Amino acid sequence: MTNPATKPSPDTQPGAHLRLVSDRAGGATPGITLSGVSKTYRSRDGDVPSLRPLDFTINDGEFFVVVGPSGCGKSTLLKMISGLLPPTSGEVLIDGDKVTRPHGNVGIVFQNALLLPWRNILSNVMLPIDMKQLPRDKYLARAKELLKLVGLEGFEKKLPWQLSGGMQQRASICRALVHDPKIMLMDEPFGALDAMTRERMNVELMRIQRETGKTVLLITHSIPEAVFLADRVLVMTERPGAIAAIYDVPLPRPRSLDSMSDPVFTELVQRIRKHFFTQGTLD
Amino acid sequence: MAEAKSPSVVSKVLNAAWVRPFLFLVVIVVAWDLAIRLFRIPAYQIPSPGDVVAVLYSDWPELLRQSWPTTYATICGFLLSAVFGIPVAMLIAGSRTVESYVYPLLVFSQSVPKIAIAPLFVVWFGFGIIPKVISAFLLGFFPVVVSAVQGFKSVDPDMVDLARAMQGSRFAVFRAVNLPHAMPAIFSGLKVSVTLAVVGAVVGEFVGSNSGIGYVMQRSIGTFDLPTMFAALVILALLGVILFWIVDRIERLVIPWHVSQRDDIIFAS
Repeated sequence: MTNPATKPSPDTQPGAHLRLVSDRAGGATPGITLSGVSKTYRSRDGDVPSLRPLDFTINDGEFFVVVGPSGCGKSTLLKMISGLLPPTSGEVLIDGDKVTRPHGNVGIVFQNALLLPWRNILSNVMLPIDMKQLPRDKYLARAKELLKLVGLEGFEKKLPWQLSGGMQQRASICRALVHDPKIMLMDEPFGALDAMTRERMNVELMRIQRETGKTVLLITHSIPEAVFLADRVLVMTERPGAIAAIYDVPLPRPRSLDSMSDPVFTELVQRIRKHFFTQGTLD
Repeated sequence: MAEAKSPSVVSKVLNAAWVRPFLFLVVIVVAWDLAIRLFRIPAYQIPSPGDVVAVLYSDWPELLRQSWPTTYATICGFLLSAVFGIPVAMLIAGSRTVESYVYPLLVFSQSVPKIAIAPLFVVWFGFGIIPKVISAFLLGFFPVVVSAVQGFKSVDPDMVDLARAMQGSRFAVFRAVNLPHAMPAIFSGLKVSVTLAVVGAVVGEFVGSNSGIGYVMQRSIGTFDLPTMFAALVILALLGVILFWIVDRIERLVIPWHVSQRDDIIFAS
């Protein structure tokens, strides 16, 4: 989809070749690169380390899942990538550009749908367009198309409370996609849903990701969910968070719920689970 | 909020809602009358309801004339407390520094009895409308600030983050998220404020005024004219109820998503 909101990729960006190579740490690597990113919160009782220096890269169009115990700084990670929170050390690069403030090239989905109760569904989906002050009429069709994609056609004029939890979360996924961002950040997006809805949403999310080609960074507590969805799974340690391991998920795509009975799947789930049992925590 | 669909049922519900307080009022008035007869309470202590109604009827033009200055002062004071209270609440909710400087002082100023300082306003501003307006404003101001601060602060930080991550400017995020979110709390503050503003205006009239319901009360107490005094009380109560009702109506207009299910914010499609 063509869209004025997305930054042109580095190789098409006029004048990109004029910039000093040293400006672009790691070269013009597409995707999200974290180099030595750490976060320490200052509190009255002294400094609280939240994340130990992290180094990893998320490739363009990759489905990247982070699993870890609560309070390991996963949400901090998400805020730093979206530019809401500056890292204490190191830097976050998106397509080689350093993130210093909200860049708007992300769509965020939280555990709660967080729809505004005074706006109808369509208007809620259009929130990023209002915030970015993009032409509304240009994106209205796209918003409706997205609602159709997630099966919410006909609910445009409903208010959020009139929809079930799963439907609300679907609307919030549309909101995260409407401005056509490069990256989707999802913080335990299905944590508040019942198990059955959750499985259906997982399948649907994979379909949406395939159709839109977005880079997805998803945070979850559920190891099976992580393995089922991911191209790669990053396992985090307890607070202060650090990388315990990164696993490739060699399951072929497209995947269905049957993939969960694949021996590769079960073995990988078990291996990841061991990380937490040896650490002695799992929630 | 589950309002019935068909108009006949709606009118029934409405009727019941209107009739009930009236029935209760009738019971109270009858009990009042009975108590006076039973315990032989002399008329110079508590007038009988009949006397009060008689005064209300005979002095109605005079009472109505006197209620205008009070109404005017109340509305001015109330509007001032909204106009100043909401921005002050924004500042307090928006900045910890402002909060730490201003909020304790605001609470402190609230514990100063207004009736004690009301004569000061007369000294400063004379016997006109200004002391009444100031006194109404001072009473109405605090509830607006307290509720609005609570409203602005109770917004989900994730929601604000989400809007900020979309490069919304501070103002745009505030207008799209914080302000609508705070509206129900602001209105509950305004409702308390408008009834207190009536009290404030009357306090202003007590200490120095030659017009208004407060002045009528002051004068009738001086001459032991209790029926007039009670009639004035009835007028004040009516004034409070009407102003409260108006604010309630405005609330329904401003935040329909909170009380009804009509969608309000629809853009041209």
